[in-house]
Amino acid sequence: MGRYVLRRLLQMIPVFIGATLLIFLMVNVMGDPIAGLCGDRQCDPATAAQLKKEFGLDKPVWQQYLTYLGHIFTGDFGTAFNGQPVTELMATAFPVTIRLTIVAILFEIVIGITLGVVTGLRRGRPVDTSVLLLTLVVISVPTFVTGLLLQLLLGVEWGWIKPSVSTEATFGELIVPGLVLASVSLAYVTRLTRTSIAENKRSDYVRTAVAKGLPRRRVITRHLLRNSLIPVVTFIGTDIGALMGGAIVTERIFNIHGVGYQLYQGILRQNTQTVVGFVTVLVLVFLVANLLVDLLYAVLDPRIRYA
Amino acid sequence: MRGATHATWAACAAAVALAATACGSGDSGSSGGGDGSGVVSASWGDPQNPLEPANTNEVQGGKVLDMIFRSLKRYNPETGAAEDMLAQKITTSDSQNYTITVKSGWKFSNGEAVTAQSFVDAWNYGASLKNNQKNAYFFGYIDGYDKTHPDDGSKQTADTLSGLKVVDANTFTVKLNQKFSTFPDTLGYPAFAPLPKAFFDDHDAWVKKPVGNGPYAIDSYTKGSQMALKKWDAYPGTDKAENGGVTLKVYTDNNTAYTDLLAGNLDLVDDVPAAQLKNVKSDLGDRYINTPAGIIQTLAFPFYDPKWNKSGVEKVRQGLSMAINRKQITETIFQKTRTPATDWTSPVLGKEGGFQDGLCGDSCDYNPSEAKKLVKEGGGLPGGQVKITYNADTGSHKEWVDAVCNSINNALDNDKACVGNPVGTFADFRNQITDKKMSGPFRAGWQMDYPLIQNFLQPLYYTNASSNDGKWSNKNFDKLVDEANAETDTAKAIQTFQQAEEVVRDNMAAIPLWYQNGSAGYAERLSEVKLNPFSVPVYNEIKVG
Repeated sequence: MGRYVLRRLLQMIPVFIGATLLIFLMVNVMGDPIAGLCGDRQCDPATAAQLKKEFGLDKPVWQQYLTYLGHIFTGDFGTAFNGQPVTELMATAFPVTIRLTIVAILFEIVIGITLGVVTGLRRGRPVDTSVLLLTLVVISVPTFVTGLLLQLLLGVEWGWIKPSVSTEATFGELIVPGLVLASVSLAYVTRLTRTSIAENKRSDYVRTAVAKGLPRRRVITRHLLRNSLIPVVTFIGTDIGALMGGAIVTERIFNIHGVGYQLYQGILRQNTQTVVGFVTVLVLVFLVANLLVDLLYAVLDPRIRYA
Repeated sequence: MRGATHATWAACAAAVALAATACGSGDSGSSGGGDGSGVVSASWGDPQNPLEPANTNEVQGGKVLDMIFRSLKRYNPETGAAEDMLAQKITTSDSQNYTITVKSGWKFSNGEAVTAQSFVDAWNYGASLKNNQKNAYFFGYIDGYDKTHPDDGSKQTADTLSGLKVVDANTFTVKLNQKFSTFPDTLGYPAFAPLPKAFFDDHDAWVKKPVGNGPYAIDSYTKGSQMALKKWDAYPGTDKAENGGVTLKVYTDNNTAYTDLLAGNLDLVDDVPAAQLKNVKSDLGDRYINTPAGIIQTLAFPFYDPKWNKSGVEKVRQGLSMAINRKQITETIFQKTRTPATDWTSPVLGKEGGFQDGLCGDSCDYNPSEAKKLVKEGGGLPGGQVKITYNADTGSHKEWVDAVCNSINNALDNDKACVGNPVGTFADFRNQITDKKMSGPFRAGWQMDYPLIQNFLQPLYYTNASSNDGKWSNKNFDKLVDEANAETDTAKAIQTFQQAEEVVRDNMAAIPLWYQNGSAGYAERLSEVKLNPFSVPVYNEIKVG
């Protein structure tokens, strides 16, 4: 187990370097960001040169990249164009997005798995058909449509929630945005669980458990669900990274000042430091989430062992 | 697997708890937009640069500066005229040497007195290259600028402007490096604001929470999300704040801000999203403001490209101008939030300020047959096709560029006469302009710095001027501008500027498209809401309740 974790952690290093390099190059291809800093007029050449020097943009890209990597190891992610250290931006943005992701994941787990179990056990019945239909609708409607619709209905028409999330972005305010963010994945989780449950329902061990006279609830939770959850856990695990990075649309609609918002601003203003810094952290989140998923397998199915 | 069962139950419980708090907060939210008595909540965008007077060149940061600073002059929120604010008097005999007397009794909100030194220090700071101030060029007219801000970026040889001299506590003199008759009228621009000693003593702390001398003082500032300004009770000026304060909230999207206004969570939106323009009248009624601002949009041309700089091509440019149906585009695409342009300035200048309705004449009227004829006479479209370059990331430029192209194609009876050429980001767009990579007309916009006709002409069309992106150059125009600047009589100066504008017209140096309006919407509990000529709300006059 220990060696496996170590090996996985070592594998992260090339992925990390590759990802940052790629993003660095991509942002740099977009051209000189200083040109956009002075609005609709040209920066005077002396100030532009001075700014370039300050942000290290006057050096060749490979040198910029190496300096950047060097700084990262000391915890210095550079400075955004508005004079704020990127670490400060992260400190405000990540907690918000993490809260949003937690809400979304909770929805996926609670509603998704429950619906999946219910429909999986009652395959072909009206409940199953209607939930399947519902998930199909949710999957096919884009997030921004659901988001704007809910915002308009709950926020403006009925006044149940505030249409926008305040600076504090408390858990309570994030319920609706979290649901919107989770909606598509939630539908997938439902479908995955349903298929998995339906399949395992016919397996030998379930039949044995039933034959032993175990109570139905125990059969479902301990025998059936535990084995059926492996693909679902994989999906939810990888979804953590996707949700954090993909929150741009939801965050924009509900005025959440999280990672998505900062990334969007960073790209608009072509701020290499912000974009690379945030994406670097997202890559790390993704990698760690994947590692956790792999480790969870062993817990769910003891036959899976890591030498 | 007992653990898993417990975990599921715990998750369920948590979800129930969350749902409960959601209902709670929802209820308290709908019961009233109570932000404390008399405080206006308004939408805001994240300022692009650190908040320093000489470093702020966009509207969002400018809003704050307008609330926390008062300068020598202030532009009348209604007429745009430059009026004395902190200036007791500004005198000159030759349009080049000015003596400025600062009113006594003014203070910064931290108690420091505003003196002549506060101005001189601030201007020196703004002009010095090592401070990276993006508005440094505003001090370019002051003697000694080339020493503190060498154009080629070489080592600066002075830290202070030799043209600035403090005479006594309330008086200082300014020596310009050229005659500039309207110089006093430029002093309302935020870059010329005075700065307290605290700015220089602890710059980092100041930038975190700026201190100025305006009707408001900053109460708290959370970068990227919110700024709370409260009325400064000891403000010595006559334009005191009529409300208790203003809370500026950063919105990720102006659509969300608008939704919040409709839901009663926000009092003031100063940028009605284009998508909502159709409903805004029925949503807000007369609480929707749509007034002219000092912004003009034009199509500029790459005069560095010989194809566009031959003699005779001005006919093609005129033809293109005539091929654009401005009225239709402003009505259908912009829902009348733009006005077809008939000159190269803006209506906010007023007749006395140099705005001349119809100066453009026939060239700005839609006339397809004449357009076709002129383009033919001018030797046809250079390269057989015009590509209008614009940035596609902000400002919904795609819609109108496509409409303009459509109009041109129809007028010239040629499907391929005009196409849009989008560029991904604004920075890249600016890049291509700076690198002189434009092959045809490109989007150009000008938001005035100060309401002067000079500001609409000199920076844009003077040879090698700071915003002369098309690199247009005309000796006659330059000569007239120099003459106008040397003219001590304002009325005559404006007349000469208008003559210079006629040169722009005769050569069609840029195609004027439309004047842009400022738009805003506000909640029922507000009154006296209006926009100034810079399309910024006049916050201090807003009344609550």
